[in-house]
Amino acid sequence: MEWEVVIGLETHTQLKTNTKIFSGASIKYGAEPNTQADEVSIALPGVLPVLNKKAVECAIKFGLAINAEIPPRSVFARKNYFYPDLPKGYQISQYELPIVGKGKLTIQIGEQEKTINITRAHLEEDAGKSVHGAIEGMSGIDLNRAGTPLLEIVTEPDMRSAAEAVAYAKKLHELVQWIDICDGNMQEGSFRCDVNVSVRPKGSEKLGTRREIKNLNSFKFMTQAIEYETRWQIETLEDGGKIEQATVLFNPDTGETKAMRSKEEANDYRYFPDPDLLPLEITESYIANVKTGMPQLPEAMKTELEQRYGLSSYDSSTLTNSIAKAIYFKEVADELYELCNSSDYSAKDCAKIANSWISGEFSTALNSRDIPILKFGLSAKWLASLLIRILDGTISRSGAKAIWPGMLAVADAKREAHLKGQDIPEEKQEFSVDKLIEKAGLKQVSDSGAIEVIIDEVLAANAAMVAEYKSGKEKAFNGLVGQCMKASKGKANPAQVNEILKKKLAN
Amino acid sequence: MINSSLKQLSQMLAKKEISSVELTQTFLSRINQFNPSINAFITLDEAKTLTQAKAADVRIAAGKAEALTGIPFAQKDIFCAKGWQTTCGSKMLANFIAPYDAHVISQFDAAGAVNLGKTNMDEFAMGSSNETSYFGGVKNPWDFERVPGGSSGGSAAAVAARLCAAATGTDTGGSIRQPASLCGFTGLKPTYGLVSRYGMIAFASSLDQAGPMAKSAEDCSMMLNVMAGFDERDSTSLNRPKEDYTRGLVSMQGDKPLKGLRIGLPKEYFAEGLDAGVAKVVQDAIAEYKKLGAEIIDISLPNSKLSIPVYYVLAPAEASSNLSRYDGVRYGHRAEKYTDLMDMYCKSRAEGFGAEVKRRILIGTYVLSAGYYDAYYLKAQQIRRLIADDFVQAFKKCDIIMGPTAPSTAFKAGEKADDPVAMYLQDVYTIATNLAGLPGMSIPAGFSNGLPVGLQLMGNYFDEARMLDIAHAYQQVTDWHVRMPELKIPEVAA
Repeated sequence: MEWEVVIGLETHTQLKTNTKIFSGASIKYGAEPNTQADEVSIALPGVLPVLNKKAVECAIKFGLAINAEIPPRSVFARKNYFYPDLPKGYQISQYELPIVGKGKLTIQIGEQEKTINITRAHLEEDAGKSVHGAIEGMSGIDLNRAGTPLLEIVTEPDMRSAAEAVAYAKKLHELVQWIDICDGNMQEGSFRCDVNVSVRPKGSEKLGTRREIKNLNSFKFMTQAIEYETRWQIETLEDGGKIEQATVLFNPDTGETKAMRSKEEANDYRYFPDPDLLPLEITESYIANVKTGMPQLPEAMKTELEQRYGLSSYDSSTLTNSIAKAIYFKEVADELYELCNSSDYSAKDCAKIANSWISGEFSTALNSRDIPILKFGLSAKWLASLLIRILDGTISRSGAKAIWPGMLAVADAKREAHLKGQDIPEEKQEFSVDKLIEKAGLKQVSDSGAIEVIIDEVLAANAAMVAEYKSGKEKAFNGLVGQCMKASKGKANPAQVNEILKKKLAN
Repeated sequence: MINSSLKQLSQMLAKKEISSVELTQTFLSRINQFNPSINAFITLDEAKTLTQAKAADVRIAAGKAEALTGIPFAQKDIFCAKGWQTTCGSKMLANFIAPYDAHVISQFDAAGAVNLGKTNMDEFAMGSSNETSYFGGVKNPWDFERVPGGSSGGSAAAVAARLCAAATGTDTGGSIRQPASLCGFTGLKPTYGLVSRYGMIAFASSLDQAGPMAKSAEDCSMMLNVMAGFDERDSTSLNRPKEDYTRGLVSMQGDKPLKGLRIGLPKEYFAEGLDAGVAKVVQDAIAEYKKLGAEIIDISLPNSKLSIPVYYVLAPAEASSNLSRYDGVRYGHRAEKYTDLMDMYCKSRAEGFGAEVKRRILIGTYVLSAGYYDAYYLKAQQIRRLIADDFVQAFKKCDIIMGPTAPSTAFKAGEKADDPVAMYLQDVYTIATNLAGLPGMSIPAGFSNGLPVGLQLMGNYFDEARMLDIAHAYQQVTDWHVRMPELKIPEVAA
């Protein structure tokens, strides 16, 4: 029998506020245990929750970003259960009336687009942490995290493979950072997913019994967990077994999912509206106000990159992975176009080379340093001053690559100086790319006479290749170009080499 | 002096006829004398109290006194007060020293008032006789065999026995008004949201409201000036302009100061279940109001009979959740021996809570459970709205509603302790205003068989100033509110 897997996600995104969702305590990560636990976090007798307006703003931003219904009224509810790291004995969440209603998020699977329906997103508070092993024979409770604002984003069971689920999770991860409501730090738990998985015979309309994989905090684990879980469910059913609804945990060491003891989930949460908090009223004018503070959304930015900058759908979707990258690209492309100051090059020419460098060398450098673009320290203007010389043929791309490490060293020094609060030493300032080209003798040979001399020499020395080319092997041409570039120590203008070589071979 | 009004005390302090320390010591010595028998206070801390009195004297000397500066008040032990043991009448919190001040406490502190001590109360404010307190029952100063009412029984006894100038209380279903009736003084439960609940230990959050317990309406108005006001730490606190609740009192003079006032008498409040002696006193009080110029109108609150069942679904539901934080993990009582986490929870809560609290946690948990929520909690919420609508209709016909506060005078200790439903009926006339969020008052209106009887006043939302005027008018022509019990008890307790 052919099986179909059905997946839905519940994602907890930690909102980028300074303080807790219902109190003024800090939510900074990594503080000493319980140093950020005020009387509300500890749930002292008599304390009351007061809603953090910033958390509401974050939720509304998200609603706008997924084009969701935003109801005029939502209600906070108490979810009652006992756990040592849940100080009040209930979690304040939203149940029947969430702040954000139905919305959509479009993902890209290869060349295909697919729309994932988002059921709802609701505000809630995080629990504290139980710390085992720090004190012998006892469990510690750290309530620093208790009350941290979360937006739980729930999808319909719309995904049909681990790849789709991960594509959705990645897209959501990019979006919440794009609209600046979540720092996206998965290691610190700022973005974590619960994945509901069920399988059914292909073509069946009825959903199978689902199991929920809890708390996945990496895309790699998510793929592994879903793939394992899917296989396990199919095998269980094919062996004549039955799937029981369960909450399961993924063990990264074994790569397996395993059900938690049923006792741990046999909870009746006794939800009811929290009488300490009034229903939350969201007005049209408030929504409009939040909207004005929103950045251009990824979809709109993608369209702009395609229409104004002439990028392909693939390139524009890669660049719009992150708002900082997309904005940096636009800055570099615009700077470059300004530098050209000539009708020889179009804005699209500039965009093409800017994109190629940013997606290539720049991204490699960024990834190896693991820092955000905003902190990278390489101004768009300076990068443009390098790229203009490739565009106008002064240097080849390989010539530019020779200069690149020096530029990265300057950026690195700038960051380091910034961290230490020092001034940047003179030798580490953004130098003139043109002077360096001059000094390093990287200037491209564009004198056709000189190039012809080189080509003649190469043709004479590579008669076999010439014969191959003439017998129809197109690939041999590239080999000859390579030999010419080598002979010129990379300085010959490749376009000219191509052109002259073609002419000579045609004779 | 112990029977003086707050205004008189304030004037005496201002004129330096007495110092705050002297006044405080007068009450402290009465407390030392009578509290061992009455048991009105759970916690006393003379050193802390006198430090505040000294500070008040300095403030008075500096000419920076406010109306209540230097006057000693008793605080219900439901309010967290920094550095004070704050028990809420429970073994669960017997070891809890509050590290912060409730809004009400900080308001009194800011006014320069003196905290005489923390008063006894039914455990977590659940009770109508003060018999559920872990710290023992409280004697009704009018008859030591009888209860003072509850849950604010300690504050009630302290006010009635003149162990303090006045006291604070909280009222979830009648916990200020019923003891005011049973002990013969003036008590006011304000409109829900008028006084911040911050730092007031929650019983049923949508019903709890703090208010003054004092000899007269005038005293209550001066206290409400201090207690009321917006507090951003309580999301249900109402942001409205500050009022002077004493402003209208002076106009309650002359022959017919209440001319044109329409008093509604709900027929349901004079039906079966009301003690005949109480009914007589209430009718006499109404007659007195007629003399003051008021017009009497018969009204109906048809859904009021549902108040008790609705209340005993909603209040326990909220309580079951509010009391979940007492789990023995971070503070409060923790069982000495336990095998695992679940055992620790179970033993700590089994040992820390008394029978009535457990009963309400069980009821509350039940009505919120899957499968029962719609039939109980949701239905009760719907009826709550109908009860509130009754009042909206009634206030189209009248300006104020009057009736008995409690169905009987103070009953004997132990009389209803084993019959929770009989005990719940003590609040049959007071609960509806909590459900509707309306202000309610009880004022002394006379005696039946030597025991005080209270008249209840129910006003429209934020009508406190008007209600206080109306009560004050009555107190200008009667003296029930200045009657005090003769305390026939040994001068030094054994």
